[in-house]
Amino acid sequence: MAAEEPKSEKGYDDDDDDDDDDETKSVSVNVLFFARARDLTGKSVVSLKIPCGSSAGSTMERLLCMFPRLQEICKSMLLAINEEYADESTLLKHGDELAIIPPLSGG
Amino acid sequence: MERRAIEEEINKLQVEKLRIESRIISLQSQLNQNGQQKQLDDKNLSGWKTTSSPPYGDHGLSKELIYRYSRHLLLPDFGIQGQANLLNSSILVVGAGGLGSPVALYLAACGVGRLGIVDNDIVELNNLQRQIIHTEAFIGKHKVESAAAACRAINSTIDVIEHKGALLAVNALDIISKYDVVVDATDNIPTRYMINDGCVLLNKPLVSGAALGLEGQLTIYHYNGGPCYRCLFPTPPPTSACQRCSDSGVLGVVPGIIGCLQALEAIKLASSVGVSLSGRMLLFDALSARIRTVKIRERSLNCDACGENPIFTKKLFRSFDYENFTETPIFDLSCENLMLLSKEARGSSNEYEELLNNGKPHVLLDVRPAHHFQIASLPNSINIPLPNIEKELFTIDSALKEIGQCKETDSLYVICRRGNDSQIAVQILHQNGYSTAKDLIGGLISWANLVNCDFPIY
Repeated sequence: MAAEEPKSEKGYDDDDDDDDDDETKSVSVNVLFFARARDLTGKSVVSLKIPCGSSAGSTMERLLCMFPRLQEICKSMLLAINEEYADESTLLKHGDELAIIPPLSGG
Repeated sequence: MERRAIEEEINKLQVEKLRIESRIISLQSQLNQNGQQKQLDDKNLSGWKTTSSPPYGDHGLSKELIYRYSRHLLLPDFGIQGQANLLNSSILVVGAGGLGSPVALYLAACGVGRLGIVDNDIVELNNLQRQIIHTEAFIGKHKVESAAAACRAINSTIDVIEHKGALLAVNALDIISKYDVVVDATDNIPTRYMINDGCVLLNKPLVSGAALGLEGQLTIYHYNGGPCYRCLFPTPPPTSACQRCSDSGVLGVVPGIIGCLQALEAIKLASSVGVSLSGRMLLFDALSARIRTVKIRERSLNCDACGENPIFTKKLFRSFDYENFTETPIFDLSCENLMLLSKEARGSSNEYEELLNNGKPHVLLDVRPAHHFQIASLPNSINIPLPNIEKELFTIDSALKEIGQCKETDSLYVICRRGNDSQIAVQILHQNGYSTAKDLIGGLISWANLVNCDFPIY
């Protein structure tokens, strides 16, 4: 669950950050999984370190690497940050709560 | 052979006994209902029905209705106007199952003027753990009849309309158009898209609830400029993501809670009271006792149903293939439908019974999840859940060794609940060198139906 090496989604300019710098510029967020996402990951919540300035979309990509089975629902789900609607471009801050909500269909 | 004939006779008689017992229960319930009806008629004579006295004042409620709904009328935020609105409204409940049960009961009790109920199903014993509108006496009868009888028993002053049969694209618009508010209490994705599109076309608010396992979701679509189901989920989830209660299970009270909240939102819409859940989605997590309300996106201008250039017309809607669009069947077939294996790689329950009777040494691998295996299993079967098979091949090897067989043996059988996962398991086994492993067609359900009627079906 530790942060991976930031890829293209750095939200800042400096290209030559060393590892220590990355560490200070990464933020912690909690990811909440609902419904099928919970089955697929086997978890209801994970805390994640992501590079500062990450979007919901890039965080989702990171989650897909950690939990490849999430691919199943990634085209049909809602994203919310701190219980507010989020799209892929919405940025995450330290302490944010990202919810991944696929539709339930049972009744 | 003698013994088998006797056993068959016993089985036959037991089935007959069950049939007679259920007939007795059904007749007894008819007797009870007749009794109740007589009591009702007696009460009507003493005059508490709406027809028995004229409206009192401008709001149109008779003194009997004022008394019946007095606890609503005492609410300053609801009052006589809210009740009058409700009595003049009509609500359609699609689905009389786990969600629809409390919805229909509360809507009947609270005095919705016209209550429509659509369902295609028959009441089964395994429904009763959650579908609280139905009773044992109605097992084998249409859910719509059962639900309507329960609603009428609570409130004989409202109109309860029975729509027996499935809501399909060909009849949905005709049915939905007769109501002010629609409640989606169905259990499958294609019907959810269809109800959504129908509500958008006819401009009806849709109170949508869903529940599975220990979780529930609730929102209102296409109301007050808010989004519709397609705005949120333009791409349907794959079939594997649309689990049903018959596969994943559901704690009975969970759809009960979501259904109660659906009834509440429907009542608010119909009586024009309060702030609706439109634009927000309520998420209920029973395991952690948590309810969250999440803001959802606005209406999408590109939405196929409610966007600026919608593709749906009433004509297209009627012929739209929702099962094809969602790649999911409307009806829960609950039977084997995968056909992964050749004939040679499959065996029937009867063949397996013969093998048992002949005392042929073999290994029976049960690939259901461990908590299924705990419910009931065949004697001497080994449980390795499907996802673990490749990791636990050594268990199979040592079981085969015990009966003096090797990998290529024709004595390795695989069983599951319905005969789908067993085929996947056999494919995995074939790939790993167990070249003549076979699965049992139709799984344990077939075993129970064809060979041993005492084996529990769940």
